[in-house]
This record gives sequence, structure tokens and C-alpha cells, in this order.
Amino acid sequence: MNIVILGCGRVGSTFARLMYRDGHTITIIDQQSEAFRRLGSKFKGNRIVGNGIDEDVLRRAGIEQADVFIAVTQGDNRNIMAAQLTQHVFDVKKVVARIYDPIRADRYRQLGVITLCTTTIASGLLRDFVNTNEWGLAKDYSEEYLSLGV
Amino acid sequence: MYIIIVGGGNVGYYLAKTLFAAKHEVLLLEKDRLRYRTISEELGEVVMQGDGCQADQQLEAGFGRADAVVAVTGSDDDNLVVCQMAKMEYNVPRTISRINDPRNEKLFKKLGIDATVSSTKIIYNLIEQEVGGGEVIPLAALNRGNIEIVEIEIRKNSIVAGKEVKSLALPAEALIISVIRDGHAILPSGETVFAISDSVIALVGADKEHELRIVFGENSD
Repeated sequence: MNIVILGCGRVGSTFARLMYRDGHTITIIDQQSEAFRRLGSKFKGNRIVGNGIDEDVLRRAGIEQADVFIAVTQGDNRNIMAAQLTQHVFDVKKVVARIYDPIRADRYRQLGVITLCTTTIASGLLRDFVNTNEWGLAKDYSEEYLSLGV
Repeated sequence: MYIIIVGGGNVGYYLAKTLFAAKHEVLLLEKDRLRYRTISEELGEVVMQGDGCQADQQLEAGFGRADAVVAVTGSDDDNLVVCQMAKMEYNVPRTISRINDPRNEKLFKKLGIDATVSSTKIIYNLIEQEVGGGEVIPLAALNRGNIEIVEIEIRKNSIVAGKEVKSLALPAEALIISVIRDGHAILPSGETVFAISDSVIALVGADKEHELRIVFGENSD
């Protein structure tokens, strides 16, 4: 699959490395080139420095051929706008935006944007663990991460 | 009218003052604490510190009874989300967004923002007109851009100088509403004669603007 990722923080870079190792074509965008250090030495995907809500930057990142777009910058609004831009202008079929604010995550989900709210997920898991002493997750994916090496 | 402005930069600050002077009820929402302090010292309780994208702060600011929400921060993504949330949460009748990158205009319209303003585009249009030697300057768009108000300067070599209004072959969807001469606005009749350095104000269907330009002798490209 052709995957474009916006934001090379911890989540963006880890997702990029996992998918790259699995054989997918990856392009990752960040406004700061130093962020690409998180990708490690084995990642050979494309890196684009630029603003992810700029149509030209997205085109340079190959958004017109993308099957998947993932927006995981630190800014909720940036992720929301990038997701809507790629959905409505570039017609990308699978688009996901990470949104910290649970209200915005819910409202945009209702608008048809697939949203991942790590705030509700983490706090829900914690509550369940405190109450039941069991994790509500089958696995925590740490083995996949560790197998990536450095 | 109750108007909420999001973004206390220069645009928001002066807009708040202007609306306030025109006797509107205004609330200016500014996220940054330092900037908030500076402007609230002058404007007082009209300014509130908060994030215009967050539902709880929208509630506190009274989005529910706002007649219009105007987002004028320097970030297009923030402006978009302010307006979309205002529509989704409170069904605010009119949302207006400042756009910094003019290419976002189409996307914002598609995503339900009622009106957009791009100073980048306005300035660009003015420069284009100057450089291109053109005489028709767009002033405003009505009805989401279906109808434009334009200003036409009658310059020295204009082909309409000395002609009567009724002699022009105006497109069907064009109407000359005023001629400004020596600082006075004239309501023109068919017999009004155009003079050099007149400013002609006209209403024109957006798709007929090109025809209007030709009538006034603008070099078409």
C-alpha cells in the first residue's frame, strides 16, 4: 500500500517504521527535518519537509497515489484539517486523524472523519485496569516495537 | 447582533473595536494569556481568555446565542475548526473565516463555512489589476460570490469617456449603481455621461465580469 503519514513524532515515526518493515511504500511529512531522526537507520521511505495542510506539500508527498493517509501531528486542528483536505480534495480512501480532545474527536467522527482519540483510550484502559486488575487489551504491541531494533 | 471573534491578533483587535463602535455586542476570544492581558487592559470585559475550538469554552463564551462567529487567527486550520465546531455544536447562523492560504477557499466552502475572507487574495487581485492595466476592481461578493460589486475607473484613454450610460452594451446581468465624481456619488440615469477619473460602481453576475471588462475597454487577455 501507498501510505502518507503527517507528523514524525513518536507515533508517526513508529507507525512508519512498522509499515515500512512490512513492505509498504511510506512517505512521512514533518515541518522539522530533525524529527526524521526518530526513524532510525533502517527506514528508507520518503521524507518530506513541509506543512501538511498545504496542497503542494501533500502532492509532493504523493497524496494523489496514496491508499492511506494518517495525520498524527501534535495539533488537533492540523490533523482535522489535513484529514478533511485529503478526503475531500484528494479522495484518499482510508484517512485517520489522531485527536487529543475527546469532544472534537467525537464530533468529527460524526462528520465522517475516522478519529483516534488516545485520551479516551488511555484513560479508559487505566480505569478498567484499576477496577478489575485486567488490561482491556489483548496485546500492547511492545514486541513489534522492540523487534524493529534501532 | 452578538458577534464572537476568535483570535486577538491585529485583525481581531481592530475588528472588535470597529464592531463595538457600531454598537454591536462583541466578545473577543484570545488563547494566549499574555496577548489576552494586553488587549483586555484596553478593551476590558469584551475580551475572554480561551480556546475557541474547545466545546466548554465555546459554551462559556455564549456561542449558543451568537449571531455570527468570526475566526481570524493566523492559522487556517484553527479558523476552520472554530467555524465547523460553532456550526456543529451551536448551529451558529453565520460563520466567517479568515483564510491565509487562498487555495483553501474552495475547501472551506465545501466544508460548510458561510463566508471566507482572504487578504492575500484581495491584495493579489489589486496588484493584478494595477499591473495588468485593468480598470475593473472587485470590491465585494454577494450571495456567496454569485454577484460581485466592482469599481471601474475611467482613465484618460478610456473608450467610454464622453459616452452616455445608455449607449453601453452592458451584459444582461450588470447594473451600474453609482458614479463617483469629485468625491460625490451620483445615481446615474441613461443620460449620465462618463467623465475621465470617474469611478463607476456596478453590480455584475460573477460569470459576466469578463463581458463587463470588455464593455469598458479593458484589454482582454
